[in-house]
Amino acid sequence: MIDAPERAARPAIRIDHLTKRYDSGLLAIDDVSLEVAAGEFLAVVGPSGCGKSTLMRILAGLESATSGTTEILAAPAAKNVLPAATVFQEYSLFPWMRVAENVAFGFESLDVPKDEVKARVDEILKLVGLEKFHNAYPHELSGGMKQRAAVARGFVVDAPVMFMDEPFGALDEQTRVNLVGELGALWERTKKTVVFITHGIEEAVTLADRVVVMSKNPGTFKAVITIDLPRPRDAIKIRADKAFGEYVVQIWDLLR
Amino acid sequence: MKRGSLERWMQFVAPLSLVLLWEVLVRSHVLDARFFPAPSEIVSTFRKFAVSGDLASNTWSTLQRIVVGSLLGGIPGTILGLAMGINRYVRAYFDPVIALLYPIPKIAILPLIIFIFGLGEWSKYTLIAIGVFFLMTINTQSGVRQIDKVFIDVARAYRIRPWAFYTRVLLPGALPNILSGVKLSIGLAIVLGVAAEFTAAKSGLGYTIFNSQQLLDIDTLYVALVAVSVLGFVMTLGLEMLDRKLLPWIRR
Repeated sequence: MIDAPERAARPAIRIDHLTKRYDSGLLAIDDVSLEVAAGEFLAVVGPSGCGKSTLMRILAGLESATSGTTEILAAPAAKNVLPAATVFQEYSLFPWMRVAENVAFGFESLDVPKDEVKARVDEILKLVGLEKFHNAYPHELSGGMKQRAAVARGFVVDAPVMFMDEPFGALDEQTRVNLVGELGALWERTKKTVVFITHGIEEAVTLADRVVVMSKNPGTFKAVITIDLPRPRDAIKIRADKAFGEYVVQIWDLLR
Repeated sequence: MKRGSLERWMQFVAPLSLVLLWEVLVRSHVLDARFFPAPSEIVSTFRKFAVSGDLASNTWSTLQRIVVGSLLGGIPGTILGLAMGINRYVRAYFDPVIALLYPIPKIAILPLIIFIFGLGEWSKYTLIAIGVFFLMTINTQSGVRQIDKVFIDVARAYRIRPWAFYTRVLLPGALPNILSGVKLSIGLAIVLGVAAEFTAAKSGLGYTIFNSQQLLDIDTLYVALVAVSVLGFVMTLGLEMLDRKLLPWIRR
């Protein structure tokens, strides 16, 4: 499947012989290499405990590697921009901040003028359909609305790279499919480089240009599958596509 | 009647019915009026005590001791609690010290405090401050430490600056526990303040309680007890309002 590390023409992220061994001796990630192209949507699937979340945490700078390196090569458009933004699983909105404050949180470390922050927050909230919930607290929102806000918090800072760690994992199926569709549309608009960690195979195939299939003990890249489906993709209609089904089956087989 | 309003009605009726029962039991000589004067007696003594200004001046003495002592202990306690919650080395240093000192009944060190500070206001301030200090340290620390790790991750992922990390993430995250610490502190401060006034004061509600027992003026003793109860009740009520103001994001 992959002998040499996958090379991308214009890499935005480079993972080079990355290994993560925990103090307990657990080998979470064993010598993986990959390049992610600028503007690519890369999904990572695998069983629980395969190290996919660890991979994202290392990429996002939240954990250190035991050996090997990860690099973000995509240069931010301006100096007031973070190189990468991260969207976490459910319950990552600060309960003590209103929706608009939560979404603006990424600007805390940047010197962006207040009215520009406000304009950009307004715009993204409208885009994710939360314009009426500026002043709501997270506990007043449904699970789907919370994750829309969390996705908005990631996109609003306009970083060239986005890391997403199972952002829809806790949602019910219907909400989940809707949010996958909305995320796909948002990505089409912005063409960011995305690393999307998920345990949902169908959502990976729906969204991604390539899907990395991980296996566990130790965590390695078992296969990297290019998803050659036309865009823009409709998160619901794509399910009737024969090739879609074949990709899903192929990945299921790899995970068996 | 709706369940909510029935509940409220019962909350209102319960104390009244107990007072009424008390009155009946005293008048029918089931209760000894020397030890348990009738509520109607207490009310008329209360009125005299209020009119003479003794009620206000003694309540004020106790209240200002509680407030000054609580601030003297609470502010450093909160700061130390934050530091212990944030920094593992600060925690490692202070944890055993606090574990050793906290179990000492605070009232047991009153004789030592009087020995050091004399009978003036500072002995009361110090006793209350010591008690409140420990409660605030412990509560603030646990408040910081129980903040969900994902919030720390979000802050780090967005490269939050240290000052904003404290003011936007740690402090608000720990605030519910800090405020429960304040509530516990008010209760303890009243206990310590009143107890300290038994021996080391010439004013205050604790002094009034102790002094009226010495003078066998049991009606006044009860008046002071009622005043202590109302003082605590009003302060708790005020804190609950503060809670709602400062924690609008808590689902109630």
